[in-house]
Amino acid sequence: MRANETIAAISTPFGAGAIGIVRMTGPRALDICHRLFRPAGGGDLADAPSHTLHYGHIVDPATGESVDEVLVAVMRAPATYTREDIAEINCHGGPVAQRKILSLLLDEGAVLASPGEFTRRAFVNGRIDLVQAESVAQVVSARTEAGLRVAMAQLEGSLSREIAAVRRSLLGVLASLEAGIDFADEDIDDVDRDDAGKRLQEQAGRLRELIDSAFVGRVLSEGVRTAIVGKPNVGKSSLLNALLMRERAIVTEMPGTTRDTIEEIINIEGVPLRLIDTAGLRNSEDAAERAGIDRSRRAIREADLVLCLFDGSEREDDHDRALINTVPAERTIFVVNKSDLFRGRRPSFNLGLLPAEPVLVSALTRQGLSELKGLIAGRVLGGEIPAPASPVVTHERHKRLLEEALAAVERTLQGLRVGLGDEILAEEVRAAIVSLGEITGEEVVEDLLDTIFRQFCIGK
Amino acid sequence: MILPASSSHGFDVVVVGGGHAGCEAALAAARIGCDTLLLTMSLEKIALMPCNPAVGGVGKGQLTREIDALGGEQGRNTDRSYIQMKMLNTGKGPAVQALRAQTSKKLYEDNMKRVLAAEPRLYLLEGNAAGIDVSRETIAGVFLDDGSRIPARAVVLACGTFLRGVIVIGEQRFPAGRMGEPPSSRLSENLERWGIELGRFQSATPPRVDARSIDTDKMTVDPGDPSPQHFSFFSAATRRKQVPCYLTYTNEKTHEVIREHLHLSPIRTGSVSGKGPRYCPSIDRKVINFPDRDRHPVFIEPEGIRTRELYLQGLTTSLPVWVQEKVVRATPGLESARIMRPGYAVEYDFALPSQLRPTLEVRDLSCLFLAGQINGTSGYEEAAAQGIIAGINAARHCLGQEPFTLRRDQAYIGVLIDDLVTKGVDEPYRMFTSRAEYRLLLRHDNAHSRLSPLAHQVGLLDDADYEKVVRHESSLKDLLAELGTARVQPSPAVNDYLESCGSSAISSAVTAEKLLRRPHVSLDPLARAAGLDIEERFVPDVRRRAEIELKYSGYIERQRADIERRSRMESIVIPEDFDFGAISALSIESRDRLSRVRPATIGQASRISGVTPADISILSLYLERKAPH
Repeated sequence: MRANETIAAISTPFGAGAIGIVRMTGPRALDICHRLFRPAGGGDLADAPSHTLHYGHIVDPATGESVDEVLVAVMRAPATYTREDIAEINCHGGPVAQRKILSLLLDEGAVLASPGEFTRRAFVNGRIDLVQAESVAQVVSARTEAGLRVAMAQLEGSLSREIAAVRRSLLGVLASLEAGIDFADEDIDDVDRDDAGKRLQEQAGRLRELIDSAFVGRVLSEGVRTAIVGKPNVGKSSLLNALLMRERAIVTEMPGTTRDTIEEIINIEGVPLRLIDTAGLRNSEDAAERAGIDRSRRAIREADLVLCLFDGSEREDDHDRALINTVPAERTIFVVNKSDLFRGRRPSFNLGLLPAEPVLVSALTRQGLSELKGLIAGRVLGGEIPAPASPVVTHERHKRLLEEALAAVERTLQGLRVGLGDEILAEEVRAAIVSLGEITGEEVVEDLLDTIFRQFCIGK
Repeated sequence: MILPASSSHGFDVVVVGGGHAGCEAALAAARIGCDTLLLTMSLEKIALMPCNPAVGGVGKGQLTREIDALGGEQGRNTDRSYIQMKMLNTGKGPAVQALRAQTSKKLYEDNMKRVLAAEPRLYLLEGNAAGIDVSRETIAGVFLDDGSRIPARAVVLACGTFLRGVIVIGEQRFPAGRMGEPPSSRLSENLERWGIELGRFQSATPPRVDARSIDTDKMTVDPGDPSPQHFSFFSAATRRKQVPCYLTYTNEKTHEVIREHLHLSPIRTGSVSGKGPRYCPSIDRKVINFPDRDRHPVFIEPEGIRTRELYLQGLTTSLPVWVQEKVVRATPGLESARIMRPGYAVEYDFALPSQLRPTLEVRDLSCLFLAGQINGTSGYEEAAAQGIIAGINAARHCLGQEPFTLRRDQAYIGVLIDDLVTKGVDEPYRMFTSRAEYRLLLRHDNAHSRLSPLAHQVGLLDDADYEKVVRHESSLKDLLAELGTARVQPSPAVNDYLESCGSSAISSAVTAEKLLRRPHVSLDPLARAAGLDIEERFVPDVRRRAEIELKYSGYIERQRADIERRSRMESIVIPEDFDFGAISALSIESRDRLSRVRPATIGQASRISGVTPADISILSLYLERKAPH
């Protein structure tokens, strides 16, 4: 635990906007910043009141030269995100200036923050709850603006609220069951099983919606997992490069932000595509061939979307035919490349073999590329990214817990159908509530008793 | 009062209070082998039931059953003293079924007193405790109100509602521990002086009316079970004559009387300040909180066989007596009822239970144990359950033995005490089965299987009684093995039976176990249909348990897996002197909460309200690093 240390990190989502933020929190945050900051209007940063902005320069003490023109935000504990002193250095420069500033801070005694450490401090210091903490992790990793919006909305608790509503309703059902059990010798009617069934159905529906939203959530925060497959020399790398040329959004190299491997993200009309196995694609066509069909099989299995590529200027062969049988048609867009070579004529490749209408493109001339992009966007999200007004699950752990909750609700419904005892039904409903509580960090018993005493007139 | 010489030499254990907690504590300590004194303000009030004339109920009945399994007295004594026995929740599953007995109060007291008097190492003494004698943060004895001192190596305080007790009826307030008995105010002050933090609770009881003055024709009769079961596994089942209870309902007229006089209710006048139980509201409160209900039930329960008093369960109130009479008489069947004792509220001090260890010993005062209502609980069963644990630990302390505690997955008693010491109380604590996360494991039917081996080790259960449990268990094991292999053929009789309980017929041989896992399929009729001679060879209790074990097996396995998963957390011990305040990574609130409860394990820490999963991971990290402070 490094609670007494002052930590620093570049906290701008990579590639987003012209202004970068280098952030520092901990007992020495203001002091360290003060040592490097030359205020334009004079004065001392160490004496600055909380929540004030200061214009000036960050100066390298070794050379005395200005590194960048900056605005420093001074925020004093405890009314800050981490409940500790925070200094935020808003700089103009790109990654280079940001890195330079960060390294100066480290030289002065700050420690490089591990991923999510700001948030962990905020969480540990009681500033934010579990769901919020996890969605901050999403903000950190959000790759596109839409992803950021989801994360922000979640920060504001829309997911928490939706889960709380489901949980409240389940607590109502549990309270009816438990009141009938624990106050059996009082004037409490047994639970109305039809009514309970109806309420559980509703909540199962809401849980399913939340779970389904996890796909959107993942797309927004991680991108659509996309595989480009095809036999060697059909132009996979060229297609990748053609797609990347203008749309290249972010190539992350932020160590430890979310994942270890370097990935390509292409932003296609607001839909982020995350390319699987780009290493294989980028290195060489040979690499893909070396790894063989197994490798593309795995890529296909993991993909949300498959771009299946053929060379239109050549006749199909057994490899092509095998590939057509391998890819899942419902997740695949068939692309026939090298249209520049057969412009206006019929391609040598027999299009009739494909189970769906292909897009004809030329990676070289960019012909057909916008049609392909439109198709990709349409295929993934009906053409547009939904506004995250409704809660969206963006975290794998939440999704898993929601699935557990749903499974428990479904077991309860099954139990109602076969007529299991109230104590078993209660067991299942309780399991669902416990799973939801693991998302929101609440426990069952006190809330349950509150609900019972509110709903029922107990008392002998 | 001058202390008799026989008492001035001192005892191993002194128990203060002769209620349900005090009796169990004293019996447990004496039976384990300690010279034990039970000090009570009045020997006429041993095991008194100042509130309802009943033992058991859902949640509470399981506690009584566990007390019996541990070698305690409440179950046996109830079996000797009941006037009606009823198994509750028979329409629901066996995990939540529980016995409730209506008792003859006087009989219960007399029977318990006889048991106490027969216990070789137990001595009874009438006297008022006024304080504890402490030497070097360790209990050395008890002071009486005349200044005399009884030395003791361990003390159990079980003084119920007597600490600065005040009774409230209408506008009247007067000091009393129970109606007609003086409170114990000096003891409160003394405990505060020793640094024990006190809170204030309130509890209330309904009026009692004369049985000759009510009209039972207007009520529903509740006769009790035709073949009553018993609390104790050990006492020979003696059948007793069952006395009926009655049920009537208040109506709009009753409610109107209450509403008319609400300005006189302590709720409105503010003459009661302590927090009362939500599960046991006064009729005034019910009328206020549930204005849409046009009736509330009133259960009419005899207080005994040699008295005419009837307890009006559901009409709890501390309105002025003249209003109480109007309320009672507005209720059908009670039009000419004569009140024999009015209802009243009692307000009293309790010690915040987060100051206790799981043994019920005060954390900062060695050898002082608190049990019963003094810990903020309510109910005879909750009190007795704490009494037996405090008594066992006081005795084990004297004998230099390890502490004895029960886990949440072992017993309702474990749930009760863990809740008290970990979460504290903000209303008088009553047991509900919904408090137990392992409810399907903690059943009425298996209490002895869970706890009697421990009681035998502790020395509370003699060989003969323990032998009965062992025989029962091995018979159960045999039966389960047999059901696992016995093949039921698809005979017409079997399929007729299966279809009669809504289950599908079988076309090839299936094990009995597999069929019994189906909902609604019962052992006895299945065995009969299949021609298995199980009924002849296994007693009903064993057959019933086998059926339950099989019916719940899937859920039981799940709960066991959960227990297993959590056991790692339960096994990480936090050292006694661990300084939670020194972990600056924890929020100040969490440090505060942890320092207050001082949990013994990471598992316990995780159950403190307000302590987050993040706190727990930080705490674990520190412990793994062997606490750097």
